Amino acid sequence: MTNAPTDTVASPLVPRKGFSRMADPVFAALTGAAGILVLIILGYMVVVTTLTAWPAMQSQGWSFIFSTTWDPSRGQYGILAFVYGTVLTSLIALVIAVPFSLGIALFLTEIAPGWIRGPVAYMVDLLAAVPSVVYGLWGVFVLLPGLLQPLAVWLSRTLGWIPIFAGPGSGLSFFGAGVVLAIMIIPIISSLSREVLRAVPSDEKNAAFALGATRWEMITGAVLPRAKAGIIGAVMLGLGRALGETIAVALLVGSREQITASILKPGYTMASIIANQFTEATGDHIRALVGVGVVLFIITIVVNVAARALVWRMVEA
Amino acid sequence: MPVGMSAGTPAGAAAGAPAGAAAGNPLLMRSTSRARVVKDVAARVAMWLAALIVLVPVILILYYVAAKGLPTMDWEFLTQPTPYSMRLRGGGFVNGLIGTLLMVVLAAVVSIPLGLLGAIYLVEYGKKGLLAQVIRFFSDVMTGVPSVFVGLFVYTAMVIPFGFGVVMGAASLAIIMLPIVVRSSEEMLKLVPRELKEASYALGAGHWHTISRVVLPAAAPGLTTGTMLAVARAAGETAPLLLTALSAQEIVTRLVGEATASLPVLIYYGARNPFPAGQERAWAGALELLLLVLVFTLLARVASSRNRLWQ
Amino acid sequence: MSEEPAFRVRDLAVSYGSQVALKDVTLDIEPRKIIAIIGPSGCGKSTLIRCFNRMNDLIPGTRVQGQVLYHGQDIYANDVDPVTVRRNVGMVFQRPNPFPKSIKENVAYGARINGYKGNIDELVERSLRGAALWDEVKDNLNRSALALSGGQQQRLCIARAIAVQPDTILMDEPASALDPVATSKIEDLMQELKERYTIIIVTHNMQQAARVSDKAAFLYTEVNEAGTARWGVLVEYDDTSRIFTNPRDKRTDDYISGRFG
Repeated sequence: MTNAPTDTVASPLVPRKGFSRMADPVFAALTGAAGILVLIILGYMVVVTTLTAWPAMQSQGWSFIFSTTWDPSRGQYGILAFVYGTVLTSLIALVIAVPFSLGIALFLTEIAPGWIRGPVAYMVDLLAAVPSVVYGLWGVFVLLPGLLQPLAVWLSRTLGWIPIFAGPGSGLSFFGAGVVLAIMIIPIISSLSREVLRAVPSDEKNAAFALGATRWEMITGAVLPRAKAGIIGAVMLGLGRALGETIAVALLVGSREQITASILKPGYTMASIIANQFTEATGDHIRALVGVGVVLFIITIVVNVAARALVWRMVEA
Repeated sequence: MPVGMSAGTPAGAAAGAPAGAAAGNPLLMRSTSRARVVKDVAARVAMWLAALIVLVPVILILYYVAAKGLPTMDWEFLTQPTPYSMRLRGGGFVNGLIGTLLMVVLAAVVSIPLGLLGAIYLVEYGKKGLLAQVIRFFSDVMTGVPSVFVGLFVYTAMVIPFGFGVVMGAASLAIIMLPIVVRSSEEMLKLVPRELKEASYALGAGHWHTISRVVLPAAAPGLTTGTMLAVARAAGETAPLLLTALSAQEIVTRLVGEATASLPVLIYYGARNPFPAGQERAWAGALELLLLVLVFTLLARVASSRNRLWQ
Repeated sequence: MSEEPAFRVRDLAVSYGSQVALKDVTLDIEPRKIIAIIGPSGCGKSTLIRCFNRMNDLIPGTRVQGQVLYHGQDIYANDVDPVTVRRNVGMVFQRPNPFPKSIKENVAYGARINGYKGNIDELVERSLRGAALWDEVKDNLNRSALALSGGQQQRLCIARAIAVQPDTILMDEPASALDPVATSKIEDLMQELKERYTIIIVTHNMQQAARVSDKAAFLYTEVNEAGTARWGVLVEYDDTSRIFTNPRDKRTDDYISGRFG
């Protein structure tokens, strides 16, 4: 039988020895270091890229941001057209993606019969797993000839009198890139919205039903007001993804350094010009492209921080 | 974990009743005006349509990748490197497959332990403290950093001094994976019941023993899910590899200083070229890549379905 | 006759953040006795018992003032490692919390992490016998502990605690989640265990306290005048028979008779 008690009474608290004593503080320090590493990497990324791009940005002055002339052969680097392209394609993507994302999120949380939820949710998640280069390939060889090109031509013919649809319309355009971007961000917005919608207490939904509300009235009266901030956050996270998306856009945006009111004309985005020109660039051209990346980084960070703040507030509450 | 089943089902069942009853029950008919019913039905139809339309691209992408990829996807494609010209038929993407596997494995080996350690810090040490909140917030922010920017960073920090290479590609993938691993692992570690940890501490275990022998085993399935999804994401990244590993026609085994192919970059080049032979290889490559990514996603699903410890 | 106490508690006060949870606790705990901590819910019983093995340290923002002397050594002294305290003072919790491992690995856990050099199988058998569980599980030592009944799980947790060879076992409402049969098994076991261990038990069940304990500490909740803060204080600490038949303090009398009424 154990006679431990008499042992321990003699010297009650024997300090731990060797590995066991060292393991805890060492491990704690390691985990802390790993956590801080995230901050260091992020900070280092900002510093290194900014320092690299600085000479190019400085030599251009404000025209780096406000000029539309991008001519590496003459050393002129104005990125306004790319900022425009990035914002425009992302907005087109949002206009298309938001209704569908909310529709499918509400469908899955509020009205879909039980047996259909699993498969549909799985299919939408699958959309999120497809690599962007596969979207690009599919966009160029299937969606472009099959839908984007005819649609762009038709839009410019019938609605061409509206400046944003002015012809001649092309599928390789802001519009084409926006459509593919929309498909890519639907799973992001819808899955986050689903989480937010699920956080709405069922008491409040039942209260609406108890007052005689129809399903739709319950959704607009009880669910959406409650989930609004979270849904806006989800949309902004989708926007953040769209702003930074590179490869699919590089294949579909048409690659022309111009600002046009018409969404049916080819253009460039910040990410796609980096992908297209970087491997052939040298010297200042590289620095200018890194500068494009820095500006893109700042824009996406602002959008992301705002989005996180909104989603956090909703989920923490 | 069946998505949306737990919270939604009771409400869904309860909701079916009033609508169904409205048709037959005069009391309910009177209380619901025609316009309101029409609006309700229209909204439901719209949501069904939204769901159906979103499924169209999923099915189309899977169909085309399979239909256009399968004819080219033969033994030669799986085992031969890319020919020197896009014009030529034959050959395959084994150079890209090897490059992708090397880079993804290397990235995983670095970022998974680091991410896990960071997550352990957040859950077990930092908790609600200021530093932990800052790390949490910036990890979230970092998941939103465009991958092409990560590529630019690795280019300026590593490629300029050392040249293109597997290690540079892996570094950019690791930076992309790190915050994803941190945040998903944190969520999983948070699910480990406090009672289990207390049981361990009460037996005279320190943090190290408690975490390594109780917390991590209990959270293992969930941790696997999160890291597999991060791996799947990394395997499909193109833009950062374009700037850090570039591409090559032959199989590269040197880790530093030599441009190296990856599946996504080879697909990208195939998609940009005008020759049918190159495009066909791109489709087969897309099929190969998609299968690779789906394997990781599937592993994640299997792991999460075994995650029943605390449900 | 009376031995050196296992614990001497002097002017103990515990606060979580700015909120005081417990204060003015002074008592001695004799070895190889069962001491019950009783009182209404929210009076700080669990807070007090968690001071004996420094489990309160795990909750951020906890502050402990006063002294807890364990065989004469202040366990809250700066140079004391809480881990070594917990190796001497075992604990069993309200809800059975076996690890999701085999029965054997549950019992062996504490010994393995403490670098036990002896024969693990012997230790497992000895500990399971000590917790009156051996006969029920000896053929299934490699089965998952989660497959056991609640009462068996709780006895497994006791076996797991004594495998580390502590001299004190803390029990925080160990039977509150169990049925009456399992409860009486645990109570019988406590009588056996006190031959070798000092046992401190928190219970909300007055009959249980009266049945099993040698001494009882009655805690009560005090409220400040504004009604904005409440904390626990030690009202009375005495032999259980005295507490239950002839308490000195009216609050003790009210509480005990109210419960028995």
